[in-house]
Amino acid sequence: MKKLINTPESVLTDALTGIAAVHPELRVDFDHRLIVRADAPKAGKVALVSGGGSGHEPLHGGFVGPGMLDAACPGEVFTSPVPDQVLAAAKAVDGGAGVLFVVKNYTGDVMNFQLAAELAADEGVTVRTVLVDDDVAVQDSTWTAGRRGTGATLFVEKIAGALADRGADLNKVAEMAEKVNAASRSFAIALTACTTPSAGRPGFDLPEDEIEIGVGIHGEPGRSRGKLQPAKDLVGIAMDAILRDQPMAAGDKAIVLVNGLGGTPLIELYVVAGEVAAVLAGQGVPIAASLVGDYVTSLDMAGVSITVCRADEEMLELWAAPVATPALRWGT
Amino acid sequence: MGCTRGDAGPAVGDLMAHHQFAGHDGGIVIRIEEDSVDVAMASAWIRAVASAVEEHRDQLTQLDAAIGDADHGANMSRGFTAVLAALEDFQAGTVGEVLTKTGSTLMSTVGGASGPLYGAAFRAAGKTLTDATVTPRELVEALHAATAAVTQLGAATLGDKTMLDALAPAVSAFEEALFHGADLASAAADAAKAADEGAHSTIPLQARKGRASYLGPRSIGHQDPGATSTALIFAALAGAVAGR
Repeated sequence: MKKLINTPESVLTDALTGIAAVHPELRVDFDHRLIVRADAPKAGKVALVSGGGSGHEPLHGGFVGPGMLDAACPGEVFTSPVPDQVLAAAKAVDGGAGVLFVVKNYTGDVMNFQLAAELAADEGVTVRTVLVDDDVAVQDSTWTAGRRGTGATLFVEKIAGALADRGADLNKVAEMAEKVNAASRSFAIALTACTTPSAGRPGFDLPEDEIEIGVGIHGEPGRSRGKLQPAKDLVGIAMDAILRDQPMAAGDKAIVLVNGLGGTPLIELYVVAGEVAAVLAGQGVPIAASLVGDYVTSLDMAGVSITVCRADEEMLELWAAPVATPALRWGT
Repeated sequence: MGCTRGDAGPAVGDLMAHHQFAGHDGGIVIRIEEDSVDVAMASAWIRAVASAVEEHRDQLTQLDAAIGDADHGANMSRGFTAVLAALEDFQAGTVGEVLTKTGSTLMSTVGGASGPLYGAAFRAAGKTLTDATVTPRELVEALHAATAAVTQLGAATLGDKTMLDALAPAVSAFEEALFHGADLASAAADAAKAADEGAHSTIPLQARKGRASYLGPRSIGHQDPGATSTALIFAALAGAVAGR
């Protein structure tokens, strides 16, 4: 394992030290392990809190700031935060208008945020929770833990965050978050496994000419394994899965995230973006807004996830609204 | 029994207490009830779990790498290290307080699904044990409460390839052994054996809960990490009550 770390145990604390050093507009709470807007709480504004295991940076800490999240709760690498931590975040940012928890649909995240919501209610903080479950590689059935939350988390945090910034109440912000999630689908393909600092070796062995199809963002293997193919064909597999689940037609508009999983160069992501655009154009769907880059990563995994949101005019307008966070910044 | 006392050693009262069991032949067998679990034994159990987790840390991580995200060993180790620190200066008056403290600490430090699940399990068990010494029968009731807490929070059923596949058979084996007149040590040994077999029984199963479920049929052929750590907890209990 070659990593720029001090010790596997101190990775999260050391990274938080770095964030505190370079982002004076954020407040880092080392006791509770939170990243909070320095000007929180904002009186009268619905606050957005998200969190999850670390290793997906810039998700979530990189999305804290005006127009997006009020606080992020980073857990250990690939491990959800604990209830006390999430409760501390909710109390730190509640401006009296309530708190929206944006939770990716993983068993651990769901349980810990649920326990935190119960604790917050005991302390008089009103909380609503939206679960993000956009990954079509997982069948949503009683036979699984349900679809995973992946790239759509960024869409939910940005669009719901913009609505909260405009003074909408908690129910309206939560409804918008649910609407964005319901309109979004993702699919990921890995070229290599990732290595967690504590394990010290890749999560799975992958021969040089093979790929994992339908992976999540925690280094777990995907639904199946296949041979490496040209980008056009791999994008075809991903877009087939996405569009089969949510057909799109002429007149629809898309917000697209072509997301690097941490170990893939930007030039390859643009190759993918071109193929995604071609597939959507074939359906008569223009890309109304897009992001290409590493936003929801899986440590050093090479590969890409594609997220498509079938956006209405309100979503597009909120997407374009000003945002000022370490990882997303425009319109300010 | 529910007698309270300050010291941790065997008490005369326990040795004098007689319990009646129906013998196999239907006759009444008078057995001297000397089995009980006290605060010291409960603490020894938790310390033994911490040692076992440390010893098997890499195994838990490797099992998790196969069907999850390769952090179960690290998470359990972090949690039980914190539990040891929390119990260091903790003056527990009841067996339940030891377990409740253990559960609260796990819930605050482990994260993932295992934090809330083990946290809820130990807390639920602890809440039922309100005396300084408890009977094996009371311990079984506490383990039932733990199982109910895991089942409720995790929404899992037997065969989903989760910790429940080790927990439920272990509690059943414990209860059955006591019912047939076994002493605490052999009942705990039976429970440990059942937990271990339960953990092994997850190998051919397809996961229906947690992160392993994302793999679909590819989760078959691997032992569940959570069931494995549950088996460690029961092995530690058997060791602690046997005085090892």
